Amino acid sequence: MRGSRPHQVVSAACTSPGRRSLAETASPRMTAQFGAARSYITHMRPQDILLPTAAGLCCKPGAFHIDPVRPVERAVITHGHSDHARAGHGAVLATQETLDMMRLRYGENFAGSTQAIRYGEEIRLGDVTVKFHPAGHVLGSAQVAVTAKDTCVVASGDYKDAPDPTCTPFELVPCDVFITEATFGLPVFRHGDASDEVKKLLASVALFPERAHLVGAYSLGKAQRVIALLRAAGYDAPIYLHGAMETITHYYQSRGIELGELRPAKGVKKAALAGTITLAPPSATSDLWTRRFPDPVTAFASGWMRVRARARQRGVELPLVISDHADWDGLTATIAATGAGEIWVTHGQEDALVHWCQSKGLKARPLDLVGYGDEEESETPIQGEAEA
Amino acid sequence: MNRFAELLDRLAYEPGRNNKLRLITGYFREVGDPDRGYALAALTGALSFKHAKPGLIRDLIAARADPVLFGLSYDYVGDLSETVALMWPKAALAAHNNPPPPTLTEVVTTLRTLGKTEMPAQLARWLDELDETGRWALLKLVTGAMRIGISARLAKTAAAALGDKDPHDIELIWPGLSPPYLDLFAWLEGRGEKPVNRDPAPFRPVMLAHAIEEGDFAALDPADYIAEWKWDGIRVQAVAGRDDRGHITARLYSRTGEDITGSFPDLVPSLHLPGAIDGELLILREGRVQSFNVLQQRLNRKVVSPKLIKEFPIHLRAYDLLGDDENDLRELPFAERRERLETFVAKLDDARIDLSPTVPFASWDALTAARANPASAGAGEDADAIEGVMLKRRDAPYLPGRPKGQWWKWKRDPHIIDAVLMYAQRGHGKRSSYYSDYTFGVWTETENGEELVPVGKAYFGFTDEELLQIDRFVRRNTTEKFGPVRHVVHEGDKGLVLEVAFEGLQRSPRHKSGVAMRFPRISRLRWDKPPREADRLETLERMLKAEPEEIEI
Repeated sequence: MRGSRPHQVVSAACTSPGRRSLAETASPRMTAQFGAARSYITHMRPQDILLPTAAGLCCKPGAFHIDPVRPVERAVITHGHSDHARAGHGAVLATQETLDMMRLRYGENFAGSTQAIRYGEEIRLGDVTVKFHPAGHVLGSAQVAVTAKDTCVVASGDYKDAPDPTCTPFELVPCDVFITEATFGLPVFRHGDASDEVKKLLASVALFPERAHLVGAYSLGKAQRVIALLRAAGYDAPIYLHGAMETITHYYQSRGIELGELRPAKGVKKAALAGTITLAPPSATSDLWTRRFPDPVTAFASGWMRVRARARQRGVELPLVISDHADWDGLTATIAATGAGEIWVTHGQEDALVHWCQSKGLKARPLDLVGYGDEEESETPIQGEAEA
Repeated sequence: MNRFAELLDRLAYEPGRNNKLRLITGYFREVGDPDRGYALAALTGALSFKHAKPGLIRDLIAARADPVLFGLSYDYVGDLSETVALMWPKAALAAHNNPPPPTLTEVVTTLRTLGKTEMPAQLARWLDELDETGRWALLKLVTGAMRIGISARLAKTAAAALGDKDPHDIELIWPGLSPPYLDLFAWLEGRGEKPVNRDPAPFRPVMLAHAIEEGDFAALDPADYIAEWKWDGIRVQAVAGRDDRGHITARLYSRTGEDITGSFPDLVPSLHLPGAIDGELLILREGRVQSFNVLQQRLNRKVVSPKLIKEFPIHLRAYDLLGDDENDLRELPFAERRERLETFVAKLDDARIDLSPTVPFASWDALTAARANPASAGAGEDADAIEGVMLKRRDAPYLPGRPKGQWWKWKRDPHIIDAVLMYAQRGHGKRSSYYSDYTFGVWTETENGEELVPVGKAYFGFTDEELLQIDRFVRRNTTEKFGPVRHVVHEGDKGLVLEVAFEGLQRSPRHKSGVAMRFPRISRLRWDKPPREADRLETLERMLKAEPEEIEI
């Protein structure tokens, strides 16, 4: 096992006063359930720290699950996408932004209790310490470093190492075991510069000024990133939004992210939408809803657009390769840079990434976790989408 | 190269014809000579490079990528060029010494002159220099498998739009042009004279017919028209001419002007007199015209084996003469051209070329009777290969396009069955929000009792209003979803009956029902009919005439 690292030095656990902290509520129960745990730990195997279970990744010595897919007592949530952040848990520990987004999507009572944690902040939970680091995936997304004794396991959640003006950049966390996603875990997935893709969109708008451009984008993260990229490219006309986009987008704005003038697409006359750009959930771009637009050009901003057949299957005319997940080069570079000797690979193309790790002399295995990647495939219907 | 790659990339996703045209014309306007000329050559299929093979590309990637990772990737992507383009490793080049990516012109001219042994290293160099889209386009270009839904005709139409010219004019001079088409673009941009077609056997734009409607007859005098059988074959133009040295050059063109001579080398020797015949390509066995299904075995073949030629003997049935030696006959009235044709075919005196007979008639009633029963009106045993009659005005000159009132086609009534809607799929482009592709079935007795078995798929024939109605029905009656496909309720008393019209039936081992329809379309929605009263598979089987067994080639 590796020696201690800077981030493993336990800082004073900062918990907001006046708020029930997860650590406090967890401790008594911990002692009751896993009281014996404290004494035996001298060397911990990684699988004693985190273990895949039906409910999700379980930390027994800390008595919590990371991104559980079923309701659990204590959940640590990496980010707000609906396949990772579900309603109905007892206590939830997450960044303020993730908690806010869960509240917006599921309502006030989405969890028994909540506790916010900042990037760089460390909390003791049972026999482990938990520290959050930015994952660069969407606003508020985090990697969770779980340390027991001198073994550190980082559950990265979803992450990307590419620049994104709408969230804190990915931070590399050295560790012993790195749990990586593999959404784009094949060497054919190499995402170029997202700003070049936005230039493609703007060139198409210039070429077809009498048509409307509909950009399919996941409503949490991708949509706001596309808008920010459009603004950065100098596009200053109003951008239209599908009803299902409005809540989260306005939340981004409330967190100080500049997105320029945004308007609801609802109620705008068909002719007035010629030459405009509208952001919509991917499912809406092939739905009845598109009939309100003049001869729409269907675009889709996603890492999947790298593969032509995937774009054609969806009837996409203008594929925009913009991904909030690390591409193959990003995954492999990150894995190497963490210095981890063991890699656990989850949701996506595990086989190829496990093979790559092994060819580099790293211990690697796929984690059989189910229930992730759902938001990518088909956006969960959320408030406002039905009538939008 | 990157600009051309961007064009190909965009075209590959664009479903609309007009938008494709705009994209191509935009490219021609923006990009200078000679790059745009080579692009036009690539789009019209005028380029081929004999040393570039898919095996070469596999070797290149095998030397650079882990075989397991390549296997998993190829499996996922499903296209060799695309897989290689995407996973090609970034070259570790000195940052200040990067060569610029090659231009399309460099690529084409190099590929033409390069020897087989130099090819791998050169391709690898380019792949290093290009981005993903550029690599994809390069590999598509060298392997000649574009598959982006662009016909040669469409590319020429886009070029014509650059100079506001008629695409027919380009077709006329096309055979005399060669890449990079500097003279063509000079003419299109008003900088030069119209290029002259020095091709001894040029294509002439074809004349097309309107479908006749019941109401049209009242205004027409039978005495003004000549009738012929409408053959169920392929419309072709067979042209022969003398080159500078007096040798005969013969070519066969499709109705859109594509040179299809290569697929029918067995017809070339028969075209031994200079002239231009408009006619129908058929298969004749022992003097008898075979069905379209048989002819289909010879279409779109790159390699034509002696066995194929023997089993499927090609034949040209002539119905018009556009040129006789040096003389252009297109200004002459049809009746006169017909006489010239009869003389010309007699002079050819070749078993592979004969005259399409005229159908004598004195009144529309007489023609109606002939159309209803061609066998007794002179067609004899060939009646099965007849799909109706053609009416041509005696005084009509040969005009390109579809001029009103000159030629009429009067097809035989199609076959009709009532089938039940089983599955629906979203359409493309403008129709992408509508369920507009329908799979329909008929009843059959199985071991599980009465079941519907799919017999075909149709995506047109209905009006816009009917499309809305079916779309609504599909959305409200979906029982299951599989990606873009919806299962629609189809039970004895629940479901939608579609009246389907089609031109012919064929045995098909690939379909569960064992039959395949030719040209099926929705002719009516039978909201009134309960699904259990729809047709049965036996009805279709009865329609299947004893076709000769398909021959393995």
